[in-house]
Amino acid sequence: MVKKELLNSHSIDIILNRLACQLIENHEDFSNTVLIGLQPRGINVARRLLLKLKEKGITAPAYGQLDTTFYRDDFRRRDSPLHANQTVIDILLEDKKVVFIDDVLFTGRSVRAALDAILSFGRPSSIELLILIDRRFSRELPIQPTYSGKRVDSIASEKVLVEWEEENEKDCVYLIKPKNE
Amino acid sequence: MSELSVDHLLGIKYLTKEDIGTIFQTADQFKEVINRPIKKVPSLRDITVANLFFENSTRTRLSFELAEKRLSADVINFSASSSSVSKGETLVDTVNNILSMKVDMVVMRHPNPGAAVFLSQNVESIIINAGDGAHEHPTQALLDAYSIREKYGDLKGKKIAIVGDILHSRVALSNIFCLKLLEAEVMVCGPTTLIPKHIDSLGVKVSHSLREALEWCDIANMLRVQHERQDIKYFPSIREYVQQFGVDMKLLNELSKPVTIMHPGPINRGVEITSEVADSDQAIILNQVENGVAIRMAVLYLLASKRKMSF
Repeated sequence: MVKKELLNSHSIDIILNRLACQLIENHEDFSNTVLIGLQPRGINVARRLLLKLKEKGITAPAYGQLDTTFYRDDFRRRDSPLHANQTVIDILLEDKKVVFIDDVLFTGRSVRAALDAILSFGRPSSIELLILIDRRFSRELPIQPTYSGKRVDSIASEKVLVEWEEENEKDCVYLIKPKNE
Repeated sequence: MSELSVDHLLGIKYLTKEDIGTIFQTADQFKEVINRPIKKVPSLRDITVANLFFENSTRTRLSFELAEKRLSADVINFSASSSSVSKGETLVDTVNNILSMKVDMVVMRHPNPGAAVFLSQNVESIIINAGDGAHEHPTQALLDAYSIREKYGDLKGKKIAIVGDILHSRVALSNIFCLKLLEAEVMVCGPTTLIPKHIDSLGVKVSHSLREALEWCDIANMLRVQHERQDIKYFPSIREYVQQFGVDMKLLNELSKPVTIMHPGPINRGVEITSEVADSDQAIILNQVENGVAIRMAVLYLLASKRKMSF
């Protein structure tokens, strides 16, 4: 296994800063916007993004966490069981502008499940997708991000690992290759 | 969290503590689902469930049916009174006929203890026991323990008194297995005639004094007197039973600490508990019913996930 650093904490900070600015450009005061972190790892990105927005004067945008386990298309097709995480959405999303936040966009299947799941909370007027890492040549569904941190060219056998200072020692994004390639 | 260790839910005695933890954690998420504006998820859309009720039921049947529908499963219902069972068909034949219509899971209530185990050995389907005679009623025990966990956080060391007709109660037996597995302390309380001999070998305390049981416990699970299973008189009269084992507000207020009141339903108001107690803040009876749907969704989801898709 070979672990290659894609982004260090400085470049992650610059990217999050840019993504926050892009969000503000499109959503102004966030009065009709709801940010939704996708469980499990999207909530880490969302947490950092909320801090960035706060620095820029957006103090308390509406925020929720969505788990998509019960909407996945691989139920009863996997060897390992799927376990659900907590969903916290205290607001009705009818006519709201929703922004999904996730760390890595890979096949697009999680986002498809999220599009399905979010409709249980009302019909949003629009849904956008913000992601930190876009593995752009790995898509299995016609899904593209609205806001993208960094595009990465990778093959299916490789993995992208995002680590955060809160759980690990520093913010870092790695590309992990199997040893024989 | 891992997969359940079992392929069927036949009784609590076949489960591990980890299984119960997995069921509870999954039920937490389903409880959030059933409180959404749209209370349905698509997980079981390719699963068909048969609810076979060879014995009367309102709450359990509705709860299972709702849980199945909230998971998007297709549901067929069967009750013995309107079926060919009365024409002399055997249980295995009845179920195999239903299974040949491509049914994936069977939820069964049956008057005979062991019926669910028997079925799991003789037919090719996931079996969920919704009550077999006076033996087990696993989903009721799970939802009871889940409701206690919801109110108290953890069951370890909690004291639960099960009061009433222990002899004829599948709820009592499943509750004892479940609560002991979760390291709670259990006491059974009722007239001598309605408490099985040697029940203390299951590691439970026995009392014949309601006041003593209520003073001891944090939670009292009040059971109904099951007249339909009683072939002889076990106590002189309902009036005497109420005097000895009925809970009213006066008694609850005289205790040194507040006791949470649970009841698996159906309640005979004025017998095991008065209306005032059933409707008081100390009772979590309706929470139990709500949790029942979440627990049954978790059980159906986790068992279905073990049956891999075949093409």
